[in-house]
Amino acid sequence: MNILIIDDEVQIRKLLEITLNNNDYHTLEASTAKEGISTAVVHPPDLIILDLGLPDDDGQNVLCKLREWYLGAIIILSVRSTEEDIIKALDNGANDYLTKPFRTGELLARVRTALRQTQLSPTVQKLEFDNLSIDLTSRTVTLDNEPLKLTATEYSLLTLLAKNDGKVLTHQYILKQIWGPGYTQQSQYLRVFVGQLRKKIEPNPNNPKFILTESGIGYRFCTKVDE
Amino acid sequence: MKLNYFKQSVFKQFVASNISVVLVALICYSCVNYIGYHSVALILLATVSVLSIFFSIYPVLSAAAMSALIWDFFFIPPHFTLHITNSEDALLLLMYFVIAFTSGILTSKVRELEKLELQKEERSHTLKLYKTLFDSISHELRTPIATIVGASDNLLQNDVKIAEEDKLELVDEISVAAFRLNRLVDNLLNMQRVESGLLEIKPDWCEVSELINSPINRLKSELATHKVEVSIQDEFPIVRIDFGLIEQSIFNLLHNEALYTQPDSIITITANYVGENLIITVADDGKGFSAEELKLLFTKFYRISVNKTGGTGLGLSIVKGFVEAHNGTVKVENNTPHGAKFTIIIPAETLMLQDYMDFSNIAVKMNAQYETLTETYRPKQTKNVTKSIDADIVE
Repeated sequence: MNILIIDDEVQIRKLLEITLNNNDYHTLEASTAKEGISTAVVHPPDLIILDLGLPDDDGQNVLCKLREWYLGAIIILSVRSTEEDIIKALDNGANDYLTKPFRTGELLARVRTALRQTQLSPTVQKLEFDNLSIDLTSRTVTLDNEPLKLTATEYSLLTLLAKNDGKVLTHQYILKQIWGPGYTQQSQYLRVFVGQLRKKIEPNPNNPKFILTESGIGYRFCTKVDE
Repeated sequence: MKLNYFKQSVFKQFVASNISVVLVALICYSCVNYIGYHSVALILLATVSVLSIFFSIYPVLSAAAMSALIWDFFFIPPHFTLHITNSEDALLLLMYFVIAFTSGILTSKVRELEKLELQKEERSHTLKLYKTLFDSISHELRTPIATIVGASDNLLQNDVKIAEEDKLELVDEISVAAFRLNRLVDNLLNMQRVESGLLEIKPDWCEVSELINSPINRLKSELATHKVEVSIQDEFPIVRIDFGLIEQSIFNLLHNEALYTQPDSIITITANYVGENLIITVADDGKGFSAEELKLLFTKFYRISVNKTGGTGLGLSIVKGFVEAHNGTVKVENNTPHGAKFTIIIPAETLMLQDYMDFSNIAVKMNAQYETLTETYRPKQTKNVTKSIDADIVE
């Protein structure tokens, strides 16, 4: 697996190189936007880790330029941590967003998820997470092998999140997918249904392990490992 | 703006000082036959001196000139002319001018000195505040940096053998120090947001249980030795606030609890909705605060005296800034029988869950049907298995 790192900070590049190489990923490096794009063209990587604060161009522009042709995964790794920046990057086609400082364990998990996402086969019929299983053909959900009664909306919401397992989905994206394009501002629907859904599938709705909140941004479906 | 105000107030001073001189002159004019015109000069001089206490220099000088002219014109014989026949009167008038002007200038000089003194005092107060800031911030920055430098130095030494478990401990120290540094940077940036006046709240619907549980989870390791009890009113509506800011506020309150209360303390968090206000309290069963501490707690850079673990004194003023940005209030009082209790009150819109359920279900069904319709016109291979016409099958 080839991973291209586009970051102007030597220290960060070094850290990423060591971390990724030790986990059997091969790394390519670029310190500017220009170098990054040309490297991506010459040796298309499986995944790109992109910094937003590059010396010669804004990372969001680089992201847009890459997305014109690049179909692989892109993870943003930046010190910019405002909700606007994150939502903009996700809208521009980033698969995930991680703010500096970051834990390398977290980064590796995101890399694995993003790589899996881009290689997902479209004919998946059953999704399994811990004690939760979703059968997409018969439209049934079971928790601890017990069938779960969900409303149509709850089911749509759960499958949308579960099919994007590990990926953060913005409020707007979810609203558009489930309620329709006219409802992207109605975030109250989403709160209500996520609340309902959590009550049904989470062992402890106050400390969810399936549907995680990305404050101000959206939700991420993730089977959190209990410590 | 400020200049305008100043001009206007000087103009008012001109009017007021001249009017007072005219009024005093009128009174004197009515009784000049009893007191004699020489005493009138003294009375007018006294008036100018009194005026110089209250007004700034130019209005006083104009009043002095005005009073001299009035005295000459109305009181020195021959009346109603500026002409003076008597050389003694001429000398008196000259002396009058000299005394009136000197007294005006002297008083204004004294006042200028006072002003300088006040500015100096203010500056030393600001300096003291900055010194506190620099002391606490340099302490807070350097302590973790010292840990990182020291621990990594230890690990880099080739000639000294360090036990494997000690190595792990050193690495752990580095990690803790780095996250402490990061939290300080966050606090400084947040304080800057509050101070700059550019803090803009972005309200959105959120669940109160999430608002409270998120900071508890973030502080899991710090609160490991404490007992945290959460009590949220049943069937809580969703509220419309800036989740990020209020979550950070609760985080700061809880972080303080973790730092400044004894292990095994019970921390109680409650959330209620009363009369269009979201009310969140964070209380402990610790020692509480003295009357003076209660008063100063939300002041920037203020740190309680028993505080041995450092801190920048920014946490609570950030809470205040974030809550006030929501037009809310935050207060602290002593808990009964003992301990401290922080209360955040925020006016917020709410929504009960049931209100939107039926309406939203219709929207979802219509959207599903629309998707299915468009899908039947799409090429076959993109057909998605999950999209089914009857959205209610699962029930």
